[in-house]
Amino acid sequence: MEFFLQLLVNGVCIGLLYGISAMGFVMIFKSSSVLNFAHGELLALGAFFFLSLVTWAQLPVYMAFILTMIGCFILGFLIERFFLRPLIGEKLIFVIMLTVGLAAMFKGFILLVWGGNLHTYPEFLPQSMAMQFGSIYVAPAYSATLMISVVFLVLFGLFFKKSSQGIYMRSVADNQKAALSLGVHVRRVFALSWAIAALVACMSGIVLGIINGVNVHDLSSIGLKVFPVVILGGLDSIGGAIIGGIIIGLLETFTGGYLSPSLRDVVPYIVLVFILMVKPYGLFGLVEIERV
Amino acid sequence: MKKLSFHPCGNYRETYKQELNIFETDFGRFWMMIFLGLLFFVAPFVLSPYMLYILNTIGIAAIAAIGLNILIGYTGQISLGHGAFFGVGAYAAAILATRLGVGFYIAIPAAGIITALVGMIFGIPSGRLKGLYLTIATLAGQFIIEYVLIQWESLTKGTMGITLPSPEIFGWQITGNRAFFFLVFISLICMTWFAVNIIRSKYGRAFIAIRDNDRAAEGMGIPIFKYKLLSFGISSFYAGFAGALWAYYMVSITTEPFNLGLSVEYIAMVIIGGMGNIPGAIFGATFITLLNELLRFLTGVLMNVPAITSLGLNMAPLKEFVFGLAIVLFILIEPKGLAELWRIVRSSFRLWPFSY
Repeated sequence: MEFFLQLLVNGVCIGLLYGISAMGFVMIFKSSSVLNFAHGELLALGAFFFLSLVTWAQLPVYMAFILTMIGCFILGFLIERFFLRPLIGEKLIFVIMLTVGLAAMFKGFILLVWGGNLHTYPEFLPQSMAMQFGSIYVAPAYSATLMISVVFLVLFGLFFKKSSQGIYMRSVADNQKAALSLGVHVRRVFALSWAIAALVACMSGIVLGIINGVNVHDLSSIGLKVFPVVILGGLDSIGGAIIGGIIIGLLETFTGGYLSPSLRDVVPYIVLVFILMVKPYGLFGLVEIERV
Repeated sequence: MKKLSFHPCGNYRETYKQELNIFETDFGRFWMMIFLGLLFFVAPFVLSPYMLYILNTIGIAAIAAIGLNILIGYTGQISLGHGAFFGVGAYAAAILATRLGVGFYIAIPAAGIITALVGMIFGIPSGRLKGLYLTIATLAGQFIIEYVLIQWESLTKGTMGITLPSPEIFGWQITGNRAFFFLVFISLICMTWFAVNIIRSKYGRAFIAIRDNDRAAEGMGIPIFKYKLLSFGISSFYAGFAGALWAYYMVSITTEPFNLGLSVEYIAMVIIGGMGNIPGAIFGATFITLLNELLRFLTGVLMNVPAITSLGLNMAPLKEFVFGLAIVLFILIEPKGLAELWRIVRSSFRLWPFSY
């Protein structure tokens, strides 16, 4: 029972991490239907910017955090402007391969600048954030993750429901041509959604870095873990991303705990294939009825 | 004696048969013959073993890339699992050769057929899924196959790897770069010939119809699920065949190379070469293989430059960066790939000096 509960808590914590990693991915897909294979590298870039600002430039944590956010916002904007915009209306494979190419570029860049070793942030989360339920211990980083994911979920919910930019984004996602003819500035919406998505990605990268340490290979493999998560939750649902993340996290920890540790990393993909066979649009995704 | 035909100055085709001609003029056929003659009778005897090694790598990659081009370029189904299928072929050949002791002339095609079956299993989702959902399903296939190759230790010996016997036919052992050169390039030519002709047949036309508009294709009576599976099967057959050749060439194989990176490399070959173009796949394979070799050479040189080593910079990731940059630049600047560039160069020669 003890073991089960510990696995449960671990699974939820890891799942939340997957969930917030997936949020940025869903943002991009929701507005521009681009499948971003460079997501893991964006996470890594954010984590490494923050690392440099904290350890090399010796900035206070909150300053470093804000600067990283601004940097990533601009980065996302530039990616859209220079790489994605020329491809609007092109075939799917070009868009997918472009993000794959970007992923290779970013990864090469990060390895060139920071190297492939594991780095860690200095401790800055207060120990008082740790939670203790009986014998189950939740590290401060995980409770911070929980808080951040709830805050972002609420913020994005409000943003998409209430703000005009959010409504523009939803309209573009729904029907690009109709939105354009009704006066929505589609290109600006794309640019903004990439910028916001990069910002979210960087933030998740920092959170992941706090928990697991910063390493390019780990972070970019999380970028691939995002796929089962978003497929389970539905590619265009931010809340679904969190729930999908938690389900995948639980699945991983329980498989690792009860079945075999080596199966742990593959189980999400096996589940992914089954979901795609049975319910291709995920649990919360928008069903586009098209039969061939 | 038939007269040599030249390029007409317009479209004067009268029958569908003329439309289907592989070589537009006898000049094309003539140059192709000369090229093949040089390739088979001169190249293996004058080139250094290293050059032959590069040529063999190109040949093997080209076979796999042609297969992927049939799937992506002609049928429009994006697969991120081609590297894993290549691995399945390599392991199938290795297991057939070591456990059952069959000759390479049986093991290589059999490996292709086994891979085709595996590919068709992973092609089943294409019955319900299309576009990016299918891409993600094949991504999952890549990880699942990788896992099976590593974990099914009783069959694949896991991370230990398998060592293959050298291929032997009529008492003649095929070892070394030169002997393999003939094996690889004869296979490449057969496979290219097969691919070009498949595209000209009823099956090829069905693939193209599915790529261009799957609903219209269904409406015109093409059973698209069957053809999509067939396309997955053919493309995996190519991957498995190439993988089997590679396994024999490398002598000993482990699961390590057959990762997502390899799948991405094959897609890069197809895109850089030109989608929906069989010679394009060969160009793409050549380009990526040469790029890899060049970058390996460059990083090797840069490692020894004192100014860079003293800075503590590791130049190995440069390879990854340039690889990504090549993909991005090709997509942004010449999405139709090297085949299109080749066509432009040829036609500008042909039209010179009165190009319009």
